Amino acid sequence: MKFILDAEQRLFGETLDKILTEADTPSVIRGWAAGVHEPGLALWRSLAETGVLALAVPESAGGAGPLPVELVTAFHELGRHAVPGPYAETVAVATLLDRLGDELERGSEWLEGIAEGRVVASLALPTLPALPAPAQASAPYALDADAADLVLLVDGDALRAAAAGEVRASLDPARRLPSVVAGDVLAAGPSVAAAARVACDMGVLATAAQLVGVGRRLLEVSVDYAKARQQFGRPIGEFQAVKHHLADALVGLEYARPLVHGAAVSYGSPDFGRDVSAAKVAASEAAYAAAKIALQVHGAIGYTDEYDPSLWIRKARALHSAWGSPAAHRARVISSLAGA
Amino acid sequence: MDLDLSSVEPFRAEVREWLRTHVPAAPLPSLEIEEGFAAHRAWERELYGARLSVVSWPEEYGGRAATPLEWLVFEEEYYAAGAPGRVSQNGINLLAPTLFQHGTPEQLARVLPSMASGEVIWAQAWSEPGAGSDLASLRATATRVDGGWLLNGQKTWSSRAAFADWGFGPFRSDPEAQRHRGLTYLMFPLDAEGITRRPIGRIDGKPAFAELFFDDVFVPDRDVIGEPGAGWKVAMSTTGNERGLTLRSPGRFLAAADRLLDLWRERADPGDTALRDRVADAWIKARAYQLKGYETVSRTDDIGAESSINKIFWSELDVALHETALDLLGPDGELEGDWLEGYVFSLAGPIYAGTNEIQRNVIAERVLGLPRAGR
Repeated sequence: MKFILDAEQRLFGETLDKILTEADTPSVIRGWAAGVHEPGLALWRSLAETGVLALAVPESAGGAGPLPVELVTAFHELGRHAVPGPYAETVAVATLLDRLGDELERGSEWLEGIAEGRVVASLALPTLPALPAPAQASAPYALDADAADLVLLVDGDALRAAAAGEVRASLDPARRLPSVVAGDVLAAGPSVAAAARVACDMGVLATAAQLVGVGRRLLEVSVDYAKARQQFGRPIGEFQAVKHHLADALVGLEYARPLVHGAAVSYGSPDFGRDVSAAKVAASEAAYAAAKIALQVHGAIGYTDEYDPSLWIRKARALHSAWGSPAAHRARVISSLAGA
Repeated sequence: MDLDLSSVEPFRAEVREWLRTHVPAAPLPSLEIEEGFAAHRAWERELYGARLSVVSWPEEYGGRAATPLEWLVFEEEYYAAGAPGRVSQNGINLLAPTLFQHGTPEQLARVLPSMASGEVIWAQAWSEPGAGSDLASLRATATRVDGGWLLNGQKTWSSRAAFADWGFGPFRSDPEAQRHRGLTYLMFPLDAEGITRRPIGRIDGKPAFAELFFDDVFVPDRDVIGEPGAGWKVAMSTTGNERGLTLRSPGRFLAAADRLLDLWRERADPGDTALRDRVADAWIKARAYQLKGYETVSRTDDIGAESSINKIFWSELDVALHETALDLLGPDGELEGDWLEGYVFSLAGPIYAGTNEIQRNVIAERVLGLPRAGR
């Protein structure tokens, strides 16, 4: 038993951190928010070169996966750098395509394109099929579908092609939310429903990892700010009221991480769904708490659009509810445990 | 990265089987009252007979040299079996690790076997009326005399001291030295001449702790742990254990969360989603603490001040979990019983072993690197 990242996995995370630091993601985000997708898509391609987009694609289809631990390592860094784009959605699509295999005419072609970074995919899940019935409600949007090469819609037990409709704005400027226009049925039946459940869980897992990364970055910048910002003739980080907020943010994040790792390790086991939901609850709560603390520690500057940490603050709130709210995932945890 | 526990399954199976045939069918009386204390001491002896009282210790002192992972597994099985609380835990978890680090071979050979068997039960004597969170302001003295030390002053909030046999703690041995300097860490029998102990009823009236008055109590040199004057360093090697995993193992909370789920199935209105969410949170957090434990034993570096993160997490989880149980019990929640006993016990968690406010300062300054300041 060794429940920590190995040296290679740590190095993978460090490499991504370096690439994303150099990419100056805040400017990429601001472009993406205005519909200027090219810098974000260029970053997509360079991340694909490191193998990020191949992690959910099986080797038989030109990928390297599924490698859930590497996947959550990558998504942690995507969250730390608030990278814009439908990454979790593409992971979910890759899982869906993989599970459906030959049922889809162009499935292997798309999978290969995803692994190589040529196909940016998005997915609309108007209901979250992995969750128990009363907690399934979701939104009929496909994140960044206007920038995607492949848009799919899971409509009950039918999988449909889809096109981007009218774009709605999110609190998180990096999240563009087009509604979808349903197209042809590509596959239908219980196999679609089963594949959609696993795909949903992979999207949830990726989002949970991303949330922990978002929260980590918010804590990092808040600690730096508290050391530098002077009031009453001293750094505000000397005040216990500020210290205790930041300590609480750390406690939440420190206990979300093992749940995310635990869920990644349980991929393929009967507990995967339960563990993914537990991870999403903890990651959502920890990242959102870190965001509120970051806003309070930064004061008025944190409440501005132009100050970069507010990009992460807004993302934490948006992802808190994306891919199922904490309440929905708590319902899932309880129904898995109680057999209700 | 994996969670492959197959290598410890034989050990788990052995522990589970022994517990299945030995855990008392009816719960023992509370260990915080005289009758219960004696019953729990007898239980310690039974555990010791099976070499299960101190599994992580070396074999020569009654253990079986279990790895940290085996210890986690032992604790999971122990609490899942509903086995009694550990009346010896303050000795095993707070004094023994200090002795392994700072004790002489003579001290190890003399102290550890009787601790392992429950023959000697240890009480921690750290706090004083004027030294709680501000432990470094302690004033009880140790004065050098021929062949040893004379203790004077007062200790308080000493858990288990109402019925325990020996105590341990820091005393000021250099009256000129300030704060963290000039302290000496000592062990003493609680029935020594010159010690007066006065049990204190905790919030439910049970004498869970005591205050101790020292009037020229002689302690021989052989009962000094570490170097005289180095007591702060010796004491701090204990706080890492206390705030880390060993004081409150994940197994305790996993078992309590499972019992909470049972209670929820029996008692809850399925439409009460607010209570359902709290039950889910208790389980999720207990699971998080378990996984954090696996993470900790997988690491090779010293967790140092990070142990404060654990202390906040488990103590707040313990309160929330028991509050949820009492809320599920509704009007029965105020009645004497296991859940209420657990609730009362949990309320002390955010206070002892360094209040959670002190832990937050430690995290902010030593983990996050925020500047120290006058409080």
